[in-house]
Amino acid sequence: MKKIMILGSGCARCNKLYELTKEAIETLGIEHELTKVDDIQEIMKYGVMMTPALIIDGEVKTVGRVPSVDEIKNILIS
Amino acid sequence: MELKREWKPLTGIFIIFIILYYLPIDSFRLRNAITESLSLAKWYAREHVVLCLIPAFFIAGAISVFVGQASVMKYLGAGAKKVMAYSVASVSGGILAVCSCTVLPLFAGIYRMGAGLGPACTFLYAGPAINVLAIVLTARVLGPEMGIARMIGALVFSIVIGLMMQVIFRNESRTGTDTKVVLPAEQPARSLGQNVTYFGLMVGILVFANWSESAGPNSNWNIISENKWIITAILGLIFAVVLIFWIKIDWRKVLTVSAITIILAIIFNDKPVIPFAAAAIGLSVILSSEKGEGENWFDATWDLAKQIFPLLLLGVLIAGLFLGRPGGEGLIPSRWISSVVGGNSIAANLFASVVGAFMYFATLTEIPILQGLIGNGMGKGPALALLLAGPALSLPNMLVIRSVIGTKKTAIFVLLVIIMAAMTGIIYGAIF
Repeated sequence: MKKIMILGSGCARCNKLYELTKEAIETLGIEHELTKVDDIQEIMKYGVMMTPALIIDGEVKTVGRVPSVDEIKNILIS
Repeated sequence: MELKREWKPLTGIFIIFIILYYLPIDSFRLRNAITESLSLAKWYAREHVVLCLIPAFFIAGAISVFVGQASVMKYLGAGAKKVMAYSVASVSGGILAVCSCTVLPLFAGIYRMGAGLGPACTFLYAGPAINVLAIVLTARVLGPEMGIARMIGALVFSIVIGLMMQVIFRNESRTGTDTKVVLPAEQPARSLGQNVTYFGLMVGILVFANWSESAGPNSNWNIISENKWIITAILGLIFAVVLIFWIKIDWRKVLTVSAITIILAIIFNDKPVIPFAAAAIGLSVILSSEKGEGENWFDATWDLAKQIFPLLLLGVLIAGLFLGRPGGEGLIPSRWISSVVGGNSIAANLFASVVGAFMYFATLTEIPILQGLIGNGMGKGPALALLLAGPALSLPNMLVIRSVIGTKKTAIFVLLVIIMAAMTGIIYGAIF
């Protein structure tokens, strides 16, 4: 099971990343646990300064931008 | 019904009911305020959207896509030289903080993992004030001198406040973590010259398209205002060439849009807004049909526009309702405003900066609100004080700041911002 997290301070771009990630997960049909983190202290723990960020199994995959659904799928598969 | 869970919608419905029940619909003041509100929105739509806001959104979008953010962050890291860190922190808001919601994570990051308290406070204060959109709209609506004063005031005082915070808390050990900062990947680089040309052209188009009609009998300026559309058109054509060669946009598309724009410019040569709008729509169509950088640029621009336009419209309508257009009057009587923040007294400046510090302004809405206040007799000094204290701080973001740097530092920071903003207001008010 993959633990997927979206870090973001509640801005529009963060919500967009959350939606796209959800879409990517659903089309791939993988078992997952998707959470959204908006607490700034938590966000700092991952070394992220530019939101939104995509975290998979504790590893930072993207920061400061919203990747496309295809890119998220690739990240999830690899 | 569970009152515990449902009290919010219940209260909301009740309040709206009471307001409507007692709504003084026949009152002259209310009717007039509604007219004022709609007129103000119309004025914004006519005067500011096509020539000013749309190009500014394209520039802001381009900054977030084309300027390597990682290269800026380098100077705000833990090992950065102090002088460099303060100067970069003061200007980097223009590059990093295009959207106001990104300011706080960056602030926390610079404090915890980067250059420390001083530069973090510098960034926090300057960030929201020096982004392209804020400066352009301030200069356009409130006058160029207010735009420039806002920019310089924010830059200078951000550094002063950062340094003071560092000095006051020099004995505190850094509560930094050892977490390594994860930076965004470096963008494919164009040379610095190319980037400067590219942004220079866009800013040039924005500036000349918005050049005011006539500044007086002074001959040099009149030459520019008479020929501003020719200058804008030439810059636009050079920009089209740049798009083809540097951004690698399909030349056939660029040529088609340029041709349409030129034809429209010839047909409607007394209405320059039409070809200008056509060029903007054309650029949007081209970019959204591209892959790679072009597409990213359009997406970033659209994201910003989608986020900011509704808030700005709401801000304009509300400002119009309560404050009216310049010269008009909304729900709040003018004399109330001029009695509290009129002139340039210390009390007026202090009041404006305290209100600005605690009130929340959505991105750019501080501008129509201030326009209304100035129209109702607010002094120029207090107006600048509010502009400087306003976007940097609000009650909700003070709470987030407190969770990052603690109560004591937050209190001192807020106090410094209020005092600085009021002082700048007094100085500005005395000069202009």
